[in-house]
Amino acid sequence: MDINWVFIKESIPLYQKATLLTLKLAFWGILFSILLGIICSIIQYYKIKILQNVVQAYIELSRNTPLLIQLFFLYYGFTKFGLKMSENTCAIIGLTFLGGSYMSEAFRSGIEAVGKTQIESGLSIGLSNIQLARYIILPQAFSVSIPALSANCIFLLKETSILGAISILDLMNVTKDLIGMYYQTFESLFILVVAYLIIILPLSILLTWIERKVRYAEFGNQSTF
Amino acid sequence: MENNEVLIEINDLHKEYTHKKILNGINLDIHKGEVVVILGPSGCGKSTLLRCLNGLETIQGGNIKFSGKNLTDKNVNWQEVRQKIGMVFQSYDLFPHMTVIENILLGPTKVQKRSKDEALKQAEELLDKVGLLDRKDSYPRELSGGQKQRIAIVRALCMNPEIMLFDEVTASLDPEMVREVLEVILGLAKQGMTMVIVTHEMNFAKSVADKIVFIDEGKICELAEPDEFFSNPKTERAKQFLNIFEY
Amino acid sequence: MQNLAIKVLFDGLNLQRLFGGLLVTAGIAFTSIIIGSLLGILFGIIRTSKSKFVRFISRLYLELFRIIPILVWLFIVYFGVTTALNLQLSGEVVSVVVFSLWGAAEMGDIVRGALESLPKHQIESGKALGLSFWGLYRYILIPQAIRRMLPGAINLATRMVKTTSLVVLIGVIDVIKIGQQIIELSRFKVPAASFWVYGFIFILYFIICYPLSRLSKKLEAKWQN
Repeated sequence: MDINWVFIKESIPLYQKATLLTLKLAFWGILFSILLGIICSIIQYYKIKILQNVVQAYIELSRNTPLLIQLFFLYYGFTKFGLKMSENTCAIIGLTFLGGSYMSEAFRSGIEAVGKTQIESGLSIGLSNIQLARYIILPQAFSVSIPALSANCIFLLKETSILGAISILDLMNVTKDLIGMYYQTFESLFILVVAYLIIILPLSILLTWIERKVRYAEFGNQSTF
Repeated sequence: MENNEVLIEINDLHKEYTHKKILNGINLDIHKGEVVVILGPSGCGKSTLLRCLNGLETIQGGNIKFSGKNLTDKNVNWQEVRQKIGMVFQSYDLFPHMTVIENILLGPTKVQKRSKDEALKQAEELLDKVGLLDRKDSYPRELSGGQKQRIAIVRALCMNPEIMLFDEVTASLDPEMVREVLEVILGLAKQGMTMVIVTHEMNFAKSVADKIVFIDEGKICELAEPDEFFSNPKTERAKQFLNIFEY
Repeated sequence: MQNLAIKVLFDGLNLQRLFGGLLVTAGIAFTSIIIGSLLGILFGIIRTSKSKFVRFISRLYLELFRIIPILVWLFIVYFGVTTALNLQLSGEVVSVVVFSLWGAAEMGDIVRGALESLPKHQIESGKALGLSFWGLYRYILIPQAIRRMLPGAINLATRMVKTTSLVVLIGVIDVIKIGQQIIELSRFKVPAASFWVYGFIFILYFIICYPLSRLSKKLEAKWQN
């Protein structure tokens, strides 16, 4: 089997651009998912009336429908009502909508893992609710949530492969176009797989390292003062 | 002791959990400098009583007055009150993600807004008194149960409370560690700290208490000085209870 | 205007055609789940093998699916394998192949986890009671293994159903494609059709996946021993 290395070399810039775009969208999607997740888990923890039900409904809707449909609904559906948005914005909103519920569940299990007696100890030295959250609950919750949070990050990164469906020039579309134009199927797919390995493997290793470090130091947030 | 000012006044306290009556009309005065030990069978409500004093349980009837202030008032600022009431739990519950010294300094610096240097000085003095100054930078997971409990006591003391509450603090400890903790409490008693202690350690109760309160089924069954109570219990229930502890 | 728009769903044979597409989606999902589960159980038993080599290879197989996004796999088989083997495979066949292999990998992990978590003393107790080899399996091991497997397996099935949405991207005429056709035809009559059609498909996926995820949670809670 002859591999057209020249073609591979020439296609690299295109794939590079697509990879950077994917990383950029993933970054914002993950960031906003985490923020949304924190907000949702706080609402659920404090059992805030009405909002709690909204969050509950959101989580079920977001986890039981595919990202592709969420994107189509958002991009092709909502725009018909005057809401104009670019593909990139739609992609980030889509990832946030999907990711937020997963992050929220991760945070929630972390918060619930903090023992009632820890909270009572905190209250007994006069901490306010905010101080309790900041110094006692969140640091411990975070440590418990890390495995789930990192799994979610990897999950969202993989889901970016779907973003091409709304005309974003991502890795999948670049590959499809190249195959369609030059018929260098093997080479195109080869770079595609390599590109995803480059995106996901380092992150996976980094997150495993963080997980291990946090667990070893047992919540290692030493700069509290 | 009875002539000192009344620090805590408990009047006809009632507490229930969904139809189950835990406290059924408790009346008790705790004077400054007094050490009150609460004894009773499991489930009699003694821990609950302690927790009510610190606002960790809701009250359904009666009131609690702390230095004259009514704690059952809706507008009570518990943050302020809890700085004056120190509590140590059975599960010690040091914050696992902070070192010993960070655990101790959290309250004084963040709640009482004291200077770190001043608080640190007091913390180190107290740690030295309980013999754990060399462990100040350790994490709780590196310590034994007895060490953790002594540090929990220091953490509470560093807030300069007017009264200390101890909720079965030696119940989770191996027998060999019980003594080191009880000695700390005895030391506090000698210094005149007002304390309310819930415990099962009878000998300890005998030596530390000014007053024994025996609770059964949510009511104070007997109230006496330790010598009286242990040698000559007046009620049937008390007699039964003390029998359990003699083999 | 919106009241008219929703009528596009009920216009003519649209609903019927949508359900026709749903059948295609369901067919792919169902077939893949069945094949994947059977292969997965086999694979799971293989993974408990004592041979380090066997365990390594099978672990690698799983990681391939965990790192590379499913859409990429669909591309690899649809474009790559077909070109390499000079075969003309339909999108449906490619989908079933990829999903079955993925399902087998994940199911294998679930089965392995279930088998490895069975307490050994149960086997000893069973032997002490005089149970035969088959009796042991029938009364003690299999019921317990099933309990440990089922919530994860249902969760996997739900994920597979959601992922079938991707088949439209390799040309399968599934419910999404039909929806897009309807939208295209109604483009001038009912511009807001995309909102209602995608919305409808969104709800369809939700109706299928939500009960499954509730069931999985319920079983997990019930068998939490």
